[in-house]
Amino acid sequence: MTAAVDHVMPAPRQRTVRRNWLRSEQGRGFTLLSLPFLYALTFLVLPMLVVFAHSFWTQTYLTIDRSFTLENYRIALTEPIYRDLLLRSLFISLTVSVATVLFAYPIAYYISFYGGRRKGLWLFLITVPFWTGYLLRVMAWKVILGYNGVLNTTLMGLGLTDKPVESLLYSTNAVILTLIHAWAVFAVLPVFVSLEKIDRSLIEAATDLGDGPLRRFMRVTLPLSLPGVTGALLIVMIPTVGDYVTPKLVGGTEGVMIANAIQAQFGRASNWPLGAALTVSTMVIVTAMAGAAVVVMRGFVRALR
Amino acid sequence: MMKALTRGWLPGYAILYIAFLYLPVMLLPIFSVNSSPIPVFPLKGFSMKWYESLWGNDIMLNAARNTLVVGTASALVATILGICAARAITRYRFTGKRPMSGVIMAPLVLPEIIIAISLLLVLLQFGLGLSLMTVIVGHVLICLPYSITVLVSGFEGFDPSFEEASADLGETTFGTIRRVTLPMMMPAIVSSLLVSFTISLDEFMVAFFLSGREPTLPIYIWGQLRFAAKLPAVLALGTIMLVGSLVLLTVAEMYRRRAARKTLTEAGGLFA
Repeated sequence: MTAAVDHVMPAPRQRTVRRNWLRSEQGRGFTLLSLPFLYALTFLVLPMLVVFAHSFWTQTYLTIDRSFTLENYRIALTEPIYRDLLLRSLFISLTVSVATVLFAYPIAYYISFYGGRRKGLWLFLITVPFWTGYLLRVMAWKVILGYNGVLNTTLMGLGLTDKPVESLLYSTNAVILTLIHAWAVFAVLPVFVSLEKIDRSLIEAATDLGDGPLRRFMRVTLPLSLPGVTGALLIVMIPTVGDYVTPKLVGGTEGVMIANAIQAQFGRASNWPLGAALTVSTMVIVTAMAGAAVVVMRGFVRALR
Repeated sequence: MMKALTRGWLPGYAILYIAFLYLPVMLLPIFSVNSSPIPVFPLKGFSMKWYESLWGNDIMLNAARNTLVVGTASALVATILGICAARAITRYRFTGKRPMSGVIMAPLVLPEIIIAISLLLVLLQFGLGLSLMTVIVGHVLICLPYSITVLVSGFEGFDPSFEEASADLGETTFGTIRRVTLPMMMPAIVSSLLVSFTISLDEFMVAFFLSGREPTLPIYIWGQLRFAAKLPAVLALGTIMLVGSLVLLTVAEMYRRRAARKTLTEAGGLFA
């Protein structure tokens, strides 16, 4: 009898356990979040793993050979065209992220310390251009920097030059300028948030203890805001390395970046494994560069203190 | 003294910075009503002919219809998924919350080309055709982090005792959701829908790789940019999209602030 009961009992108990789990804080939260999580898993993480797998395969015409090889990586990292594109993309994304953050810091500082009651309005003003569509903004720069564009014709109209300055469009500089404009908001917001978190009494304390404005800024405000600066650097650096539109529209041959080569492998050239290896290499290297940036920033904070 | 010093150059810098952000964008509307086909100063004269030329353009109208379909579907799916995520994040404590939200928010910091080619490769691999459906799948991925940010800012500070009170007064779970939870969260939800729609409307990269033969408006614009003669009409179309985005986002921001007020939290920006 007892044996039989023991035998029957576990099923309902298990069911109650499961029901209790589903009703618990842990269960409810987990279940709710797992829906969007599964979406991201299916359409982002798994596809990225497929790309990773492809990077070790080879393709002849339309058939994929699934035997393991590192040949794609050899081509991606040592062939001059791809190596140069990769280096240029890294150089551009590093330059753009540093410049964007340098330009953004004063404006974030101004809004945080002097924005007063209009902070919300200022932030809205900064974010609005970002919402106007990336393609449209790049297109605007094409209109400005073009051979017969706004800048050249204005310079000529003012008599500053007598023929168009050719280096304005279709150059690395044009790509860098356009990207700095496009990513401005991503640098301002993280810096602003970290400046907002600074306890203002710390700055008063520094003043009371006799620190001048510059010294106070260097020893209190700047070190405390560096987490935001690091965040801003990363959030600009990582996406810009894979930019496709800007180099295509304003970069010309000099400003081509790695994304243009990746796109070619999935389009005209149709070499998916090489495209996959280029993608993985870019991601790994930019992640390493981002990691290095974090280490450098930490060292900077220590040096300041 | 520091105040006087910084007050001296910071406001000037702020104005310059805002000018740098806005002037390039302002050129689109300015040249879209210029009668000369070449976008240079000085302006020739006022003309609406570039806008008029858009009307009879069936390819453009078809792209606009596609954009509308993709934007509406992406906004709906992203917001539904976003509601689940935002509710889980603001209401419950549980293990796995951080890594799971990390994966969901990842598209915010990934280069868009990675998202696009990963999806493309899987679709080609399984022999699935490209269509507006595939663009929607990609756009949901991209809109989701923004939707969650907006919704979390609206849901934060939502007092669960309202729901408990409703349950104590005899409402069913469904009744509580319909009559208490949803009305309080509605402004944030509307804001999320509008923000997601705007992102989808302007998104280029994913649509470029995944749209196949069904172009959206940014893809149509991309195709037209090759022809210098088409530029003024493209500027006119761009201006319409610009104004559309601005109207949608201003309304979204108003709703988001209302949501923040309803749940008694501090108002912040879309990201802050």
